[in-house]
Amino acid sequence: MDTETASRPARNGHHAYGDPFAAPPRDRTQARATRADGADGDRDAENRRSAPSTLERLVGAIARGARGRVPAADLDERDPDFIRETLPGQWLLASLWFRGEVRGLGNVPEDGPVLLVGNHSGGNVPADSLVFTLAFSTYFGVERRFHQLAHNLVLSFPGLGFLRKYGLVAASPENAAEALRCGAAVLVYPGGDHEVHRPSWQAHTVNFAGRRGFVRLALEHDVPIVPVVAIGGQETALFLGRGEGVARLLMLDRLFRLKVLPLSIAVPWGLNVGDFLGHVPLPAKITVEVLPAIALREQFGPDPDVDEVYDHVITTMQETLDALASERRLPIIG
Amino acid sequence: MRVGAAIDVAAPPELVWEFVTDPARYLHFMNGITRWEVTTEQDRGLGARYRTLMRVGSAEVGGLVEIVECDALRDLAWTSVTGIDQRGRWRLRERANGARTRVELRLQYGVAGSGIIGWLAEQVAAPAVRENLRRSLQELRRQAEHEQARAAAAARRAAARA
Repeated sequence: MDTETASRPARNGHHAYGDPFAAPPRDRTQARATRADGADGDRDAENRRSAPSTLERLVGAIARGARGRVPAADLDERDPDFIRETLPGQWLLASLWFRGEVRGLGNVPEDGPVLLVGNHSGGNVPADSLVFTLAFSTYFGVERRFHQLAHNLVLSFPGLGFLRKYGLVAASPENAAEALRCGAAVLVYPGGDHEVHRPSWQAHTVNFAGRRGFVRLALEHDVPIVPVVAIGGQETALFLGRGEGVARLLMLDRLFRLKVLPLSIAVPWGLNVGDFLGHVPLPAKITVEVLPAIALREQFGPDPDVDEVYDHVITTMQETLDALASERRLPIIG
Repeated sequence: MRVGAAIDVAAPPELVWEFVTDPARYLHFMNGITRWEVTTEQDRGLGARYRTLMRVGSAEVGGLVEIVECDALRDLAWTSVTGIDQRGRWRLRERANGARTRVELRLQYGVAGSGIIGWLAEQVAAPAVRENLRRSLQELRRQAEHEQARAAAAARRAAARA
């Protein structure tokens, strides 16, 4: 990624590094200099700026190409008629295959902007999203604006363009802010690829990888946070590991904003590296519980501490996930 | 897809009519209904609107409905304004010189434009919806007959006192 593109958001409002809701680094050299110590870091950064290697130029070119495939966020691409017409198919899948159950939708404010914060499971075929978005659409009606923030790779993957009609936009502060300004309900999974590919033995752990951007977003727009806790998604395959080291080695982060190269055993591939083509999810029972809305300034004072709010959200969600886990007798069956 | 259920209630049509026109009672006798909220100033009769939801499978399905036919003591019909396409109808018919009532509940639902998948979903959902209607009518009968029995007992007590 070159200095110029790093210093401004991409046309889809996406940043290449870290928490999608965090402020982007000022530029690559500054970001590196921050990590380095003092003058040595500055000198080091200066040297790099003056002589980008061939590999770096190649990586930059591929990254620009990949970002170019991410469509510009256009909230108007959401199509309520399309959503309504596809509800029966979603309902069949959610009811028969995943035996989905969503509780507490009455906790979502009836109207106005709201930030729905969920834990995410199931690799690149997250069944919990399907079950929840279906339930939300039937409960509030497809007329209510509802946007989901998704990873770049989802939006740029060939054949998945139709997902934009459901309201999917690239996860970025700009897109989330625009959706909230429109009065939409916005669903965000702060854990993203880090959480969705966690090993199966960590299935009952909420893991946002310390990403606090959603708290800042809610504070900035003064919207309530509604935690959405789901269980069962991580039982749709046997997830073995994230492969973060391999992803770093292959520079997937810089190329595709992908910090993982997960390894799983999944239908129909058997050993599944990367999960790029998805998999056939096992018919695990998905249960989703929507928790009461958290009005940040009412609950934490006029100037809430981001860390305190983050800890509260994580703790609340983890307690609920533990309770949901205790209800399950057997994996997959539920 | 159209599903329906019918039942005989040992109560006059006036009492059953009170049940089916009062939105506050729906959550108490309608099986599977999780929401039946009045959204207009008038709470019953022609033009009244309700926000309704029925749990079917993994979702609560419904939408905004409006009363489009109100023939007192006989017919009450509604149709959807938003949400899934639906038409519903209560048919009340007097039996045994007004001592009993034949109650029929019909529900027609679907999603226009959803094609063969929509047809399949309607078929799969039908048994659950039909069961909801059947249980609703059973509960309606239980409550209506209970109320009828209480009214009759009160009348007997009043007559005895007199």
